[in-house]
Amino acid sequence: MSWDSILKRPEEIARANLRDYDREVTDFSWDQARSLLDGLPDGGLNITYEAVDRHVSHGRGDKIALRWISQENRIRALTYSDLQKLTNKFANVLRSLNFGKGDRVYCLLGRVPDLYIAALGSLKAGAAFCPLFSAFGPEPIKARMSIGEANLLITTERFYRRKLASWRNELGSLRHVVLVDGEDTLPDGTFGLAALMDGASETFNIERTAPEDIALLHFTSGTTGRPKGAVHVHAAVIAHHITGQFALDLHPDDIFWCTADPGWVTGTSYGIISPLTNGTTMIVDQAEFDAERWYRILQDHKVTVWYTAPTAIRMLMKVGSDIVRQFDLSHLRYMASVGEPLNPEAVVWSAKTFGKPFHDNWWQTETGGIMISNYQAMEVRPGSMGKPLPGVEAGIVERHDGQLREITAPSTVGELALRPGWPSMMRAYLHEEERYRKCFADGWYLSGDLAMRDADGYYWFVGRADDMIKSSGHLIGPFEVESALMEHPAVAEVAVIGIPDPVAGEIVKAFVALKAGIASSEELRMELLGHARKRLGPAVAPKEVVFRQNLPKTRSGKIMRRLLKARELGLPEGDISTLESEER
Amino acid sequence: MSPDIHAIIEQELKLIAPDIDLAAIDPKHDLREECDIDSMDFLSLVTALHRRLGVDVPERDYPKLITLDGATEYLRRKLAEL
Repeated sequence: MSWDSILKRPEEIARANLRDYDREVTDFSWDQARSLLDGLPDGGLNITYEAVDRHVSHGRGDKIALRWISQENRIRALTYSDLQKLTNKFANVLRSLNFGKGDRVYCLLGRVPDLYIAALGSLKAGAAFCPLFSAFGPEPIKARMSIGEANLLITTERFYRRKLASWRNELGSLRHVVLVDGEDTLPDGTFGLAALMDGASETFNIERTAPEDIALLHFTSGTTGRPKGAVHVHAAVIAHHITGQFALDLHPDDIFWCTADPGWVTGTSYGIISPLTNGTTMIVDQAEFDAERWYRILQDHKVTVWYTAPTAIRMLMKVGSDIVRQFDLSHLRYMASVGEPLNPEAVVWSAKTFGKPFHDNWWQTETGGIMISNYQAMEVRPGSMGKPLPGVEAGIVERHDGQLREITAPSTVGELALRPGWPSMMRAYLHEEERYRKCFADGWYLSGDLAMRDADGYYWFVGRADDMIKSSGHLIGPFEVESALMEHPAVAEVAVIGIPDPVAGEIVKAFVALKAGIASSEELRMELLGHARKRLGPAVAPKEVVFRQNLPKTRSGKIMRRLLKARELGLPEGDISTLESEER
Repeated sequence: MSPDIHAIIEQELKLIAPDIDLAAIDPKHDLREECDIDSMDFLSLVTALHRRLGVDVPERDYPKLITLDGATEYLRRKLAEL
């Protein structure tokens, strides 16, 4: 089925940052993008300086930088000047605890103002900041903190007690735990943030970070092995800034709402950094998804640019269009989506319901910023992720006899690849040189996604080239889930795949073979489900567990997830010449 | 006799998230936080309750089921209307 293109109105094009795509692609240079930022007054480049202090220096300190909505609808507004002082205080707290350049500050918090202050304050002090998603269970947290050698963790008392206290001492690198809600009786070995902040000065000399100094650590899952920590540097801010202008059409007078949690890369690059470097007012909602609440926020806070995810959009579609008419969404100017491909039905629905479409875009934890996107002044082809950002060269490639060949024929499926060179590209997987090297071949960065490019240069997502699972926009590695299930004494082998779900895109399903002599039962199935949830948390744990007597394996004993998936979906089984041990 | 709705919700919750400690749930607080369940789990819960009780829950009403007390009250009222 083909969908009609959505054309743009002259008034939409007139105000767009990126009015003439082809010309900008020709004229653009990263040096020019760098010149849109100030740099530190005495040399160097620091993300927080560009996001916060720069605006105060230019006389915009009184503007609201962040408007936070609590679960109970309490509002807390912070101006750029407030944010400067609070992040200075936080940076001073880190200094007082002997933290500085090279140290790693981890954060396990819901969307509360302290998270934003900690992120920006850590960068000022020269520390690397690593956000963790608060719906992670103890195991994903422990893996990410050990790999990244966390030195300090900021969290709440509840998260600390439930997810960390029992194993904290195993982590030798961890020097301090700071609790944002800690008051009188703190758990042993923790500090309360409020008391530390009270005594800290509001002035701070930002650490003179160099463009290539590490700033952010974002973890992503792999098909095999442990999670990988993608290292991003302060120069990434150049890409955060300009891609926010091009792909999200951010203007300084915008009220911007990115619904992503900073525990994922979108929530940091575009939920903290880009909206602030662009001088917007950003909205942060502490609460979870709730259709009516979301529409009310869009209305009451006069949101002009809204960046969300396909899972949320599909849930809004289920709630229907009628409710939308009860709200005044006339301020809404531009809407974008990321996390997984936005299906054409959702694009067309949004255009009909809001009078403007969601603009899908594509990027990854590794790329640090948006790479391929739809734009305000460019025709939208529903289902397409759009065209590469100016400054980004993309291609469709295939591996052939160990060589890489670029596919130039239109609408031919291959692996989506990018020519490295943009500033927000990861600089390493922490301590994983070999896995990092494997991402590149013949001067291309290989994304692991299959895609095609049509004759007009629009890119279309086709699927993953590996066994990774995309659920609610989050990339989940089967290995991490399988490892947690293998820890259960009844489990002999396990394979985890993603199966299609109309709302989440995919959900995680586990196939479990039990040890000899152990009988499958509903009780045991529940026990395994609970076991996995306790260790992994709801975002990563399987939603379905089924038993098999044997899982399909190759001669070398490798479980064939791909075959399980093909069978589950009723698709052709493909090449099964290596299949040795059949599924039973 | 009317079904024990509270108990039914707890049973269905336990099927979705067997790891939760029902005794520790604050019935007036967001279930997603209380039980460490995500939005997808919550959708599954509403679907399961619909199937079990035969009560239609329009998407707009989902927020009314977000606490244990709220869900109990909502479903009790809906059942009475049947």
